[in-house]
Amino acid sequence: MPDKNQSLPKVPESKVVPKKRTRLSLVWIIPIVAAVIGVWVAVTKIMSEGPKITIVFQSAEGLEAGKTKVQYNGLHVGTLTSIHLSADHHRVIATAQMDPKSEEFLVKDTKFWVVRPQISGMNITGLGTLISGDYIGVELGQSKESERNFTALDTAPLVAGGTLGRFFMLKTPELGSLSEGAPIYFRHLPAGQIVSYELDKSGEGLNVRVFVQAPYNQYVTPNTRFWHASGIDMSLSSAGLRLQTESLMSILAGGIAFETPATGPLLPPAEANTTFTLFNDRAEALRPPPRDPYTFRLVFKQSSVRGLEPGAPVEVGGVTIGEVTEVSPQFDMNTMEFSVPVTISVDPQRYGVRFLNVPGDEDATVRHRKVMDILVAHGLRAHLKTGNLLTGSLYVSVDLFPDALPATVDWAQNPAEMPTMPGKTEEIEKSVADLLKSLNQTLTNTDKLLGSANKLIEPNSVLDTELNNMLQEGGGAARSLRVLADYLERHPEALIRGKTGEAK
Amino acid sequence: MTAMQQGLQRCDTCGLLSRPAPGEDEGRCPRCDEELVFRKPDSLQRTLAFLVAAAVCYIPANVLPVMTTVTASGRESDTIMQGVVLLWSPTGWPLSFIVLFASIMIPSAKILSLGYLLITVRRGSIENNTQRIRLYRMVDLIGRWSMVDVFVDTFTVALIQLQPLMSVEPAPGLFFFAAVVVLTMLAVESFDPRLIWDSASSKEIQPEVQYA
Repeated sequence: MPDKNQSLPKVPESKVVPKKRTRLSLVWIIPIVAAVIGVWVAVTKIMSEGPKITIVFQSAEGLEAGKTKVQYNGLHVGTLTSIHLSADHHRVIATAQMDPKSEEFLVKDTKFWVVRPQISGMNITGLGTLISGDYIGVELGQSKESERNFTALDTAPLVAGGTLGRFFMLKTPELGSLSEGAPIYFRHLPAGQIVSYELDKSGEGLNVRVFVQAPYNQYVTPNTRFWHASGIDMSLSSAGLRLQTESLMSILAGGIAFETPATGPLLPPAEANTTFTLFNDRAEALRPPPRDPYTFRLVFKQSSVRGLEPGAPVEVGGVTIGEVTEVSPQFDMNTMEFSVPVTISVDPQRYGVRFLNVPGDEDATVRHRKVMDILVAHGLRAHLKTGNLLTGSLYVSVDLFPDALPATVDWAQNPAEMPTMPGKTEEIEKSVADLLKSLNQTLTNTDKLLGSANKLIEPNSVLDTELNNMLQEGGGAARSLRVLADYLERHPEALIRGKTGEAK
Repeated sequence: MTAMQQGLQRCDTCGLLSRPAPGEDEGRCPRCDEELVFRKPDSLQRTLAFLVAAAVCYIPANVLPVMTTVTASGRESDTIMQGVVLLWSPTGWPLSFIVLFASIMIPSAKILSLGYLLITVRRGSIENNTQRIRLYRMVDLIGRWSMVDVFVDTFTVALIQLQPLMSVEPAPGLFFFAAVVVLTMLAVESFDPRLIWDSASSKEIQPEVQYA
């Protein structure tokens, strides 16, 4: 109805306002995309960052913030981000940015140390760090407790984390030439290392922690013996000179060897951290354990025990059945007698002596006493024998002497006293003394003889005069004979006709 | 007096002045068939968008490493600033300075300059017009040179591949850096410098002028 408009007198015209361009340009997608990508990158970066840890070092030598890596078995697990001094200025605190997956091994007993090139008596390690620079090594802990602050070890642990094998403890009165890292041998094969050692709490011995690596750890059973294989084992005993060594390396660096005696039960491998005794040498280590020991006291009157030392064997017919445990002199104020009782420990079963026809119906001690009484009644006596003429070492021999004077075992004493016999040496000594005595006598006689002989031949003696006369007579006789011989030569007929006047 | 105030459009390509068809703002050049506009469409908004995008990318470009060097000692990633520090030495300082100038100062200067231009144009400032157009020309001129850093990086990556001794790999920061350069160039491109003069001329003659 356009007419209507015209009829209205004054209607204002609508204002023409140019459309304001408020439409958002599509170009805004670009900053939005850029922002989204930026946020995404930031989020992934933050997500990819693992925990931050602090490690306390003694020195920052070789460490560099932003450069030094944390490596586990050669795998990069983190980087040092900053290094600063501790509040007391004695240590260095390094902060490391770890990889996100390292979360699970950052536990209480995880260990860190600086890997540097190292040359020790045993080996050369960390040569790679000469090129790559020092890095921080990690040994993963087993604990479940999470930890962020660590203290670094001074040196790398000898046994790398993850090495298969077992730790054992060895008890020893003295360390000898052993040191950390010294090898452990099994049948002369390097089978492990000494990890650490520490003094016993009582201070009476040392606990040596050793690591036996797989597959050798399965040969360590509760029955296994460990012994010092350090240096050269040289012993001069009644058995002669013995020289034994494990390997050239053990001479230089010391070492431990182990072996499981062939005798004895076959046991399953020992548990980790089992404690063993560290013996001094192989012989001692492999000696069977005491089974049924009896101690006796021996008193050797009028004879020296010089050369008899604890550890000297006690033999029966050349077979060892025990050893001397103690040689202790004593003085009796009552009898004013000085004696050197020798204590021996006899354990025939330990040394493999078999008893045949043992009556089994009695108590072991009673039976033992009975057997000993019978044996002594039959002349069982202990006596000293020279084991080695060169060194003069003695040993105790127990033998039957049927002609020995009757004696009994004194069970009242503790330890019981076993009757003794003068040893062979004493006999020798006696005969030597006798010999010397008679020799002396002979010498005196000879002296006398020579004296009288001297008397006979001295000048102006009867013998001398008579001898002179005799000689003169002899000279005269000889002269006459010569005259006779001359005459007979010239007048052989005189033999038949006799002297003629012509001859005159 | 401007062509726009006279209702005339000038072709950017052939320079022909023409009058747009009645009721239409946009048309084509009768001589060269180029699109004709009074001013670049949505100039301020587009410039701002590119500028914001560039600023957003500028952060990761500087925070993230641009190059990863793999040597025997391990991997080492360097950001631009670390590169500058690394190059800084009594003899190498000019090189360090070039990197600092081309990679850090120029992109930031560009973003700041364009931001300044946008704000002043938006507020209809009429001061320092000559200075501002000079600034714009300078930004336009140096824009492409920021790519030097990207080129250096890509050349290094291509050339240093001495496996297994040493090799160089590009790192994510490089892509953001390239994006910054490209986005700032686009921002410069979408900014219409004639806007600087529009407010000046409109204030002289037509204070309530509406501009795109």
